Amino acid sequence: MIRVDAFLISIAVASALGVVASQHQARQIFSELEREQARARELEVEWGQLQLEQSTWAALARVELIARERLGLQEPQPGRIVIVEVPR
Amino acid sequence: MKNRRSVTFNHNPLLEKGLPVWRPRLVLLGLLACSLTLVGRAAWLQGFNNEFLQAEGKSRYSRVIPVPATRGRITDRNGDVLAVSTPVRSIWAIPSDARLSPADTRSLATLLEMDVPELNRRLDSERDFVYLKRQLAPEVARRIADLKLPGVHEHEEYRRYYPGGEVTAHMLGFTGVDDRGQEGIELAFDAQLKGMSGSRRVIRDRRGQIIEDVESIRPPRDGENVVLAMDAKIQFLAYSALRHAMQTHKAKAGGVVVLDVRTGEVLALVNAPTFNPNNRSGLSGAQLRNRVLTDVFEPGSTMKPFIGALALEQRKVALDTIIDTDPGRMTIGRATISDVRRHGPLTVGGVIQKSSNVGTVKLAMHFTPDEMWQMFDELGFGTPLNLGFPGEASGRLRPARSWRPIEQATMAYGHGVSGSLIQMARAYLAFARDGELLPLSLTRVDAPPAPVRRVFSTETARQMRQILEHAAGPEGTAPKAQVTGFRVAGKTGTAHKLEGGRYTDRYISSFVGFAPASNPRIIVAVMIDEPTAGQHFGGAVAAPVFARIVEGTLRSMGVVPDAPVAPLHVAGKVEKPPVPKERM
Repeated sequence: MIRVDAFLISIAVASALGVVASQHQARQIFSELEREQARARELEVEWGQLQLEQSTWAALARVELIARERLGLQEPQPGRIVIVEVPR
Repeated sequence: MKNRRSVTFNHNPLLEKGLPVWRPRLVLLGLLACSLTLVGRAAWLQGFNNEFLQAEGKSRYSRVIPVPATRGRITDRNGDVLAVSTPVRSIWAIPSDARLSPADTRSLATLLEMDVPELNRRLDSERDFVYLKRQLAPEVARRIADLKLPGVHEHEEYRRYYPGGEVTAHMLGFTGVDDRGQEGIELAFDAQLKGMSGSRRVIRDRRGQIIEDVESIRPPRDGENVVLAMDAKIQFLAYSALRHAMQTHKAKAGGVVVLDVRTGEVLALVNAPTFNPNNRSGLSGAQLRNRVLTDVFEPGSTMKPFIGALALEQRKVALDTIIDTDPGRMTIGRATISDVRRHGPLTVGGVIQKSSNVGTVKLAMHFTPDEMWQMFDELGFGTPLNLGFPGEASGRLRPARSWRPIEQATMAYGHGVSGSLIQMARAYLAFARDGELLPLSLTRVDAPPAPVRRVFSTETARQMRQILEHAAGPEGTAPKAQVTGFRVAGKTGTAHKLEGGRYTDRYISSFVGFAPASNPRIIVAVMIDEPTAGQHFGGAVAAPVFARIVEGTLRSMGVVPDAPVAPLHVAGKVEKPPVPKERM
């Protein structure tokens, strides 16, 4: 009788320890997931800021100003446009 | 309970008498009831109704904290970012906790870019919570956090940036400090753009530091991106053309809208005066107004082609029917309608080309009010476009029963009926698309939508296109609408403004047209409100804006020129018109 009891108790203890361990593991994995998600969010934010920066630099008003004033470019007159046919 | 044992020390005569049986029983019962109550209460708290205490216990260490979601981006049709949210921090204080040394106050004021007295005034506030500064850059906020000042806290917020600034202001609208849409696309598509913040449960220690993540209750859902039909390049072209015209003609306001004929997409929508959505202090209502969509005006002569088309459609006249407009005025009831100058006998084309009021009224006299009403209604006047844009105007089209003859006459040349500029532009789709109307879209559409209805026959639309091409030509009212390399078609409008029920000597000059005339790709509608620099005719004020926009837009869309230009030299042999790759 006592053997059976001891056996059952040891199983109960082992399972309890298992619960603790898996709980711990779950929390560890969860916090890892959280960390990665936070990183993803940070990267997302950074991407947004870079896009913002890009579109600020590429603002058409700025491009036009630089093209006209610094580079001295001008729109081609219609008579000076050459139409090239791409052979298919 | 009589004690028969002789107890020598207890000879109290009172005891001798003995107690009544019920008294000790009562006391015992009382004690039993008390202990039962306690046991019952304990069982209740422990066993049956334990949620409350467990929740209380948990709340000492576990917290549910919100996880913010970002608002979606708005991009143009090619993916260029027009609006994006990025995190910023707001600094707030609990004034009773914030006991700062003068040195701390000074360094805080420097970081916040505030005056020391101003900061002190805020910190002396009676309230429990004051914002010191909202929407600071994260770097600055970090340096403030490093000062570790008591009673000074920060929290994360989102701020919306609009790299397009003034150019896209009216189209996009803006959001408030709480990152919710307040105007324009931001409001119209708020449900799609806004994210759903999530929440997660964490375990915090005594000092409020998160020591463990327990679970994610609801993951945050970021807002969806909105891809507009707008093309940033065309938008900028329209913006600079309109700004130029506003300055040249010292106008009060103006608007431009560019539509894609094949898909009904709104490629550009510009208003003037405009505002900078990134810095909205000191805005006036006039700047905020999206005139193209929300303001109705009497269009004037741009309405005439519809009357001409209806007359051709119902075979009331043929292309070569002569309409005598002499002597340049006519009387209906007690009112007189007159032309700017005498035009003599004209064909239908001539009436539109010379923009003769008398000729148009004579054409309109062929119809009953019901017939005219039905056409205006089919063209969309009096009905909102349902783009989902806030404050969209429907225009005014009174029921045909109430029209007096003079009203029917004035409506023929665009007075007494009103619409917004975008409604005018859309109505011209009927000419540009062989008689059909499309639903308009502010967002990019990938396949052309099904037409809403057919207003004119293909033949009528084609005839009208030719007439409108002449109207925008050297013989018409708008030779300045001409663009080198492309055939254009369109109609000018110069309408007296209606103020307090009377027509004034102030004008709205407009031009609505499309190009290339041989196979229309875009519709451009221009409206200039109160030009005051001397000229006020649509052909002089609005047509050049049209020309500038058409030239740039067609080039940027890669449309093949349909008008002969004299090339300086031709590379290779060019026999049939080349087909450049189309950028959609």
